[in-house]
Amino acid sequence: MLRVEDLIVRYGGITAVDGISFHVEQGECVALIGANGAGKSTTLQAISSLLKVASGKISFCGTDITKTPADAIVKMGLVQVPEGRQIFTKLSVIENLRMGAYTNSDQSLEKKNRDWVMELFPILKERARQSAGTLSGGEQQMLAIGRALMSSPKMLLLDEPSMGLSPIMTQSVFDVLKHLKDNGITTLLIEQNAYDALEISDRAYIMETGRITLEGKSADLIKDYRVKDAYLGGSI
Amino acid sequence: MTTSFILGMLMSGLKLGSIYAIVAIGYSIVYGILRLINFAHGDIMTVGVYMILVLMNKAGVPLFASVILSMGFSVVVGLLIERLAYRPIRDASEEATLISSLAVSSLLQNILQMVFSAQREPFILPTFLTESHKYGIISLSLINIITFIVTAIFLVTLYFVLTKTKIGIAMRACSENMKASRLMGVSINKVVMFSFAIGSALAVIAGLLLAGEYKTVYPTLGFVPGLKAFCAAVIGGIGSLGGAVAGAFIIGVAEMLFAGLAPTSMTAYRDAFVFLLMVIVLLFRPNGIFGSTEGERS
Repeated sequence: MLRVEDLIVRYGGITAVDGISFHVEQGECVALIGANGAGKSTTLQAISSLLKVASGKISFCGTDITKTPADAIVKMGLVQVPEGRQIFTKLSVIENLRMGAYTNSDQSLEKKNRDWVMELFPILKERARQSAGTLSGGEQQMLAIGRALMSSPKMLLLDEPSMGLSPIMTQSVFDVLKHLKDNGITTLLIEQNAYDALEISDRAYIMETGRITLEGKSADLIKDYRVKDAYLGGSI
Repeated sequence: MTTSFILGMLMSGLKLGSIYAIVAIGYSIVYGILRLINFAHGDIMTVGVYMILVLMNKAGVPLFASVILSMGFSVVVGLLIERLAYRPIRDASEEATLISSLAVSSLLQNILQMVFSAQREPFILPTFLTESHKYGIISLSLINIITFIVTAIFLVTLYFVLTKTKIGIAMRACSENMKASRLMGVSINKVVMFSFAIGSALAVIAGLLLAGEYKTVYPTLGFVPGLKAFCAAVIGGIGSLGGAVAGAFIIGVAEMLFAGLAPTSMTAYRDAFVFLLMVIVLLFRPNGIFGSTEGERS
């Protein structure tokens, strides 16, 4: 569904992503794991066309999207939940959800999606009229995911959804991701939180300083001593 | 000094304030989205007035139709300016775009001067619009009443657009976080063009009211009122639309009260007074009266 080939992204003078290739198939949940600064977020931003690609090719559902503008990529059904949530704090919860449905001009579909999102995250229904800035960190993450779902995406790109959240909140975010996966939504999940990410994903890629150093089935990687040493604190 | 004199001054102030408000909102909308102070905004006003003049005098088009056509023309000019002068340097620093907008402002004034000459041309609205009627102790002309009504209708409509329509919510979303807006599938160019179109169309209305008041038009007509509207937006807190309107009325009333109450030798300094007012407000409220205290957009 999503195919990235020999992607190179430069950021100022630095080569942040140095020739990586990976793919995500329909219905899969794939994790891209790595420490801070490994180039994970840069990769996502390049896929969403927020950053220019220096070389390489990105395709989605068979179409080359390397040079497609950001808004057109969203229209194709490839939607990102950005790092740090980036909800619109001055808009109400409902208005945030309407922005999520920006590319969708079908009113009844928008309503259906909104009902679904509010069923998925009941807290958003309670807070519908509140300005989004008043939500807690966890609630904001729910809103960020809900907002992305409003466009009926074919595939979600999630950039560190557990960042800055309490362990309980992290757990509920991963529960939601599991639920989405069961609903057949394809996801590419970026995480530093390697254990949870490997638990939920089908396959994973490990990224270090701009390169992919390890890849495989998540169930195998979770037992791999190299992953254990580097990301799982050895003893898990 | 009689009550009716003061009331008259207040009314003139409110009238001037509503003209400033329409222009200030144009500044504020564009600033909110692009962090661009578009100094050419006041000159779009002048372009609009000249267009009305040409259509009425040279082509014999009735006033109302001239205004509508001129609005269309000014929207095209506004969009062209955005496309040619601002879009190519959108990612440059705020200073660069600001200087660019000053250049566009100067360019528009010079083009008008080349096409029409620097002379003042009479701009006379039909008398039924401008003759005064007494209502109790205040006197108002039809154009005054129309000014208030137009401003009110426009503010309500804008509020509706910004809170109920997708493009309006997208404008607010862009002014808070452009990157996240792009991730929602919002086309930034579309939103920017929409805000320039609104600003330019409104500038024509403001220009019409202003030229009707001055009974004349000249190439730099819109520049100083444009600057004052900018002051209004700054006093209110630039980027805040409610602030822009409040700032506009504060400036309009303060300016007319100064003009009416200051010694005759001082009244020539009414423009300076407005700018001084802005300096004083900024000394105490650097973000304006209603401005947010937050820093730059992420």
